[in-house]
Amino acid sequence: MAYEKVNELNLKDTELRLGLPGTGQVKEEKEVSCVRSNKRQHQSDNEEESTPPTKTQIVGWPPVRSYRKNNNSVVSYVKVSMDGAPYLRKIDLKTYKNYSELLKELENMFKFTIGEYSEREGYRGSGVVPTYEDKDGDWMLVGDVPWDMFTSSCKRLRIMKGSDALALDSAL
Amino acid sequence: MNYFPDEVIEHIFDFIASHKDRNSISLVSKSWHKIERCSRKRVFIGNCYAINPERLIQRFPSLRSLTLKGKPHFADFNLVPHEWGGFVHPWIVALAKARVGLEELRLKRMVVSDESLELLSRSFSSFKSLVLVSCEGFTTDGLASVAANCRHLRELDLQENEIDDHRGQWLNCFPESSTALTSLNFSCLKGETNLAALERLVARSPNLESLKVNRAVPLDALTRLMSCAPQLVDLGVGSYENEPDQESFMKLMAAIKKCTELRSLSGFSEVAPLCLTAFYPICQNLTSLNLSYAAEIQGNHLISYFELQELRVFPSDLHDEEDNDTAVTEIGLVAISAGCPKLHSILYFCKQMTNAALITVAKNCPNFIRFRLCILEPNKPDHTTSQSLDEGFGAIVQACKGLRRLSVSGLLTDKVFLYIGMYAEQLEMLSIAFAGDTDKGMLYVLNGCKKMRKLEIRDSPFGNAALLADVDKYRTMRSLWMSSCEVTLGGCKRLARNAPWLNVEIINENENNDVMERNEEDEREKVDRLYLYRTVVGARKDAPPCVTIL
Repeated sequence: MAYEKVNELNLKDTELRLGLPGTGQVKEEKEVSCVRSNKRQHQSDNEEESTPPTKTQIVGWPPVRSYRKNNNSVVSYVKVSMDGAPYLRKIDLKTYKNYSELLKELENMFKFTIGEYSEREGYRGSGVVPTYEDKDGDWMLVGDVPWDMFTSSCKRLRIMKGSDALALDSAL
Repeated sequence: MNYFPDEVIEHIFDFIASHKDRNSISLVSKSWHKIERCSRKRVFIGNCYAINPERLIQRFPSLRSLTLKGKPHFADFNLVPHEWGGFVHPWIVALAKARVGLEELRLKRMVVSDESLELLSRSFSSFKSLVLVSCEGFTTDGLASVAANCRHLRELDLQENEIDDHRGQWLNCFPESSTALTSLNFSCLKGETNLAALERLVARSPNLESLKVNRAVPLDALTRLMSCAPQLVDLGVGSYENEPDQESFMKLMAAIKKCTELRSLSGFSEVAPLCLTAFYPICQNLTSLNLSYAAEIQGNHLISYFELQELRVFPSDLHDEEDNDTAVTEIGLVAISAGCPKLHSILYFCKQMTNAALITVAKNCPNFIRFRLCILEPNKPDHTTSQSLDEGFGAIVQACKGLRRLSVSGLLTDKVFLYIGMYAEQLEMLSIAFAGDTDKGMLYVLNGCKKMRKLEIRDSPFGNAALLADVDKYRTMRSLWMSSCEVTLGGCKRLARNAPWLNVEIINENENNDVMERNEEDEREKVDRLYLYRTVVGARKDAPPCVTIL
C-alpha cells in the first residue's frame, strides 16, 4: 500500500474526502527519487495487519502540528560510516528534505558516486551501497521507505563498498 | 455609584481586570461605558476579523496591551491554506498612526513580517512585551530590530513559531543597557545561538524569571546560565542527546539545586535519560511539565509529580507500526490521574482507550479544566469491550464540572454529544473528529452548551439541519469550523442570508474556485471547509482566492 505524505505542500494532500478512513482510493506517492513504501507490503504478507495504515492518508491527522512532527523524530544527528574511511561523520537528517539531497551530501562528504536506485535492484553500478540501522537494529537499504519514515527510524548510516557491497548487490 | 465623580469610578474600575467583567461593566450605562472604555488598558480580540483596528482604537484610546488571534485552530494541522490571512501589519500600522501607547502585543496564529516587527519596534517607546505563539512570516532580522530598538523590553516570548533563522546576531542586538528582561523564550529557533551574547544578557538581567533556550544551547552552557540565574521560575532546556560525562553531570545537578524557585520545566528534545534524572531533585515542586518534545520518556517517571497541574503527552513516533511495548495506552492515563490529583489540563495522545479507564480518570481528577484525548486511530472503540467511548467521555463531563475545553476521539455516537450538552455547562471549546451519527449530535451540543465559544468539527456526519437550526446561537459564539462534514453550499448560502452579521467563509482549494458562479445543482454540493464567525465589520478584504465569503 502506498503511503501518502501529509507534510508535503501538494494539492492532493489538501483533498478532503468524506467517508470512513479505509475507504477511498489509495494514492501513489510522486517523489523525485521514485521511492515507494514497500515496508508495509512485506509486513502484510507475513502477518495480519491489525492497524489500518489509513491513518497516514488522512490530512491533518493525528492532530499534531507539523512543526512538532519535524522536531519530534527520535534521531536528528546520526553517525555515518563509510567502509575504508578513517573516521566517521555525523549529519543532521533534518537538514535534508529527501533522499536525493541526502545522497548528494554523502557523495560530497565521502567523495564517491552512487549508482542508480531502483526498487527492485537497489543501487546498481558503482559498488557503493548506502545502508542504515533502524530502530529495531536491522540494517536496511536506504531508499526503500518514505523519507519521513526513514528520518524517524534511522539510527545510523553505513556506506558499504568493496566486497561487502558487491555481495549485497548480487544478492539483490 | 452615579453620584461619585468619574475619577472615583475609574479608580474603582482599575481593580477590575478580567475582560469578561469589564465587558459587563461597559453595558451598565452610557456613562459607565464611557468611563470604562476610556480607562481600558488591556483588550483581548479572539478573532482579528471580528473588528478592525480603527474601531478598536476609537473605542479604547488608552490601550496599552493588545491580544490578537488569527487563524482557526485547525490551521495547526494543515487544514487551512497558507495564505488564508491573519496579518498583523494593518494593526501595527493603525496603532502607530494613532500614537497608541502600546506596551504589550500578544499574537497567536498570525502572520507577522520583519517589516511589522521593525515598525513595532520604532513606534512604541514604552513597548515592554512581545509574545508570539504559532506565528509565521518573520526572520531573526525582525527579532534583531525588537532587541535593538525596544529599550524597555521585558518580555520576548516566542512559542512554536516558524521563524526563518538567519543565524545572525540578534541576541547581540540587545544593548548593554538592557537589564529589564523578565522573560526570554527562543526555543523555536532552529539555528545556532550566540552563546556568549546569551550568557552576558542573562547575567545582566537580575529579574529574569523565565528562560527557554533552543536546541542549540549545549549542556555546559545551560549549566552556566542556570548558575547565573538561580532565580528562574520557568526553564526550557535544549537538546541533550548525548549522555553527559560525570563532571558535567555534577555541575548540572549543582546548578539545578540552586534553582529553588523553579516551578515549570519544558524543552528536552531528544534528552538522554541521565540528563533528565538531574532534574529530579526539583521535580516535586513542579506545577508544569512539558516533555512533549522528548521522545523517550517513560510514563512511570511522571507519576511522582504530585504538584503537577498541566501535562502533555505526544505520540513519540507518528509512523508507529506495531510498537506494543512502548505504545501509550489508557494505563498511563489512569496512573497519571491517580498520581497527580492537582492535574487540571491534559493533552494525551494514545493508541487505545477504554470506558473503564475514563470513568476512573473522571473519579480521580474531577478538577479538569481542559481534557483533550486523541486516540490515534479514528473511530477506535473501547479495546476491551468493542463499544463506543460515549460512556467514558460522559463520565468526564459529568464529573468535571469546571470543564472548559474538551477534545474527543475514538468511536463515538450521538450519545456522547447528548452527555456533553447535558453536563458540560462551562464548556467553551469543543473539538470533534470522526464522531457522531446524525445531526442530532451537533444539535445536542449547540442547544445544551450555553457557554460554547469555539466549536470545531471535522469528518463527522453533521449537515445543514444542524447548521441552520439556531442561527442566533452563533451570536454567542466566536466561531464554528466544519470540514469534511455534510453541509452543502446551499445550506451555507442560506445561513449567510439569514445572518448578515456572520462571515461565512468557504475554503476550497480546487481549480474551479468561483463558488458564486455555481448553478443550482451545485447548491447540493458538499462544502470542503466552512469557517464562520461573528463580526461587526463585514467581509474582510484580504481573503485569498481560495476563500469565498458568502
